[in-house]
Amino acid sequence: MNLATKDIKHNFARFSLTTGGIGLLLMLVMGMGGIYRGLVEDATSLVERIGADLWVVQKDTRGPFAEVSRIPRDLEDRVLTVPGVESAHGFVSHTVQRDYKGKPLRLTIQGLSWPLDRGLWLPIAAGRGLTQAHYELVADKSSRLQVGDKLALGKEIFTVKGLTKGMTSQAGDSMAFMTLDDAQAVQFDLSTESIRIERMARVNRLFNIELGKTQPQMSERASGPNSGIPALGTFMISAVLVSVKPGYNIEAVAKQIDAWPDVSVYTKDGQKQLLLRGIVERARRQLGLFRVLLIIVSAIIMALILYTLTLDKLHDIAMLKLIGAKNSLILGLIMQQAILLGCLGFCIAYLLGQWIFPYFPRRVVLVRGDLYSLAIIVFVISILASLLGIWRAMRADPGEVLA
Amino acid sequence: MSRSNDNMALQAEGLTKIYGSGHTEVVAVRDVSLSVSRGEIVALLGPSGAGKTTLLTLLGLIRPPNTGQILIDGTLVFNNHQAQVDLRRFRRQKFGFVFQKANLIPFLTASENVRLAMEIDDQPAKVSRKRAMELLEYLGVAERAQNLPSMLSGGEQQRVAVARALANRPSLILADEPTGSLDGVRGRQVMELFAKVAHEQNAGVIVVTHDHRALDVFDRTLEMEDGQLRKSHN
Repeated sequence: MNLATKDIKHNFARFSLTTGGIGLLLMLVMGMGGIYRGLVEDATSLVERIGADLWVVQKDTRGPFAEVSRIPRDLEDRVLTVPGVESAHGFVSHTVQRDYKGKPLRLTIQGLSWPLDRGLWLPIAAGRGLTQAHYELVADKSSRLQVGDKLALGKEIFTVKGLTKGMTSQAGDSMAFMTLDDAQAVQFDLSTESIRIERMARVNRLFNIELGKTQPQMSERASGPNSGIPALGTFMISAVLVSVKPGYNIEAVAKQIDAWPDVSVYTKDGQKQLLLRGIVERARRQLGLFRVLLIIVSAIIMALILYTLTLDKLHDIAMLKLIGAKNSLILGLIMQQAILLGCLGFCIAYLLGQWIFPYFPRRVVLVRGDLYSLAIIVFVISILASLLGIWRAMRADPGEVLA
Repeated sequence: MSRSNDNMALQAEGLTKIYGSGHTEVVAVRDVSLSVSRGEIVALLGPSGAGKTTLLTLLGLIRPPNTGQILIDGTLVFNNHQAQVDLRRFRRQKFGFVFQKANLIPFLTASENVRLAMEIDDQPAKVSRKRAMELLEYLGVAERAQNLPSMLSGGEQQRVAVARALANRPSLILADEPTGSLDGVRGRQVMELFAKVAHEQNAGVIVVTHDHRALDVFDRTLEMEDGQLRKSHN
């Protein structure tokens, strides 16, 4: 005869409510861990999926994600000359915010070096990848964009051709992928008026120097488009992504490029560490502390609940002692209820989490290892929480029944 | 461990129980000696504060005496305040307890309450289930076997409590005001039940009571006053 389950059946409503409350608390603990894992995954998923062995960025910057990096696009060609380099693609990353259908839409735009990089590595969940050099877009599902949606960016209209799943930036913004040229056009887009003012200022600057006075015909070119003035160079890119040929030592290739005075180089792991240490670390500590506090609060609440449940049964426990029940029977009654409370609370937390977490604005990723750890922690705090009740039960005097 | 008369359910010699010390010292039981044989039912009478319940806690091995000896079923259990046996094991094997309130476990059915007494003595579930039904039938409450205590009347609860007390075939049943919460008719029925149990189950029964209306069912009455046994009537 199992006294713990008989007691629970008898007080089913109270036990259910208590278990539900513990379940909600544990769901928060689980959610905190899941939010941290989501941050890590958001921060590293692009670096992981894009698969580049090396990231070449502006000298002494932690770009292109942890801070801004600007390098000339022709750096691709210089990198390609390094022995062991298989491919080198330009990469652009920047964030835009637009109003779309009356709601703010934030997108972290990643420019892919078309046609070398067609985004075949993207996890396409609907539609297709990029098949044209211009005006196509692949967006993440979290942006709520649909295949076929049209979006005005810069001076062009982009059509959403495909949707990815789980591609968000470290800030939680949905990623959107387009060709590098389009991404730069969006990034450096200026209004017609701004262009006109800049061209006039350029002509004025020309006439303020000797060159303008001696060669006044240059003013015609100075008042034209940027592409007609070689001295201005091309738009800057954020990074060059490098793939190293098989058989070559990645570290050695990185060292060779890093020796150049105008760039810094990070390996894939180095880039991930930059993201995790720089951006996620503080969030990790914050969430970790919250998690610890919530576990302590859960343990205290469980201890108080079990203590109260024991107090309610104190007369029965005294009676059991009087008729000669062994301590193990009384201990089992309390501990089994504590473990059942913890286990059911954990299951409720998991099931509720599966249902609720997808509606959270940021990704909540439940990792099996974290769940196992939490299950063990819940088991341990269930036992610890029962100790207060057990201590009180052991002190119950069988003589109280006669009083 | 010493042994004595085999037919004696209880032998107590020179029991004294003192609570507190110095100015607050209270002698609750003073030099009490009594014996109860198997099959005998004894009433313990006395005004409130006479020390009846304290004596019951000593005889029921719930508290140790300061001085004196207690032998149960011929086995020395207390020699002064020193326990000579595992008290809890001894209580579950040799004693049955009945109180003013039935004190049934509220989340167990009548049958389970009776079985519990046997199962904590490691008796197999099959055996305990059979005996529980036999006892409930013997006490006339078999039809309520699957009911929770909250669904039973006061008299029915007391019968289930008696069944629980008999579960392990005790040598001695101690009852503290078992009719205190029952009306006169039901109170007498319970007292008669104790007499029946004592005679048919061959157990010694001590009943602490204020109820003088059913004294005729007892083999012997003992009166207690100021912690001492004053009178004994057969």
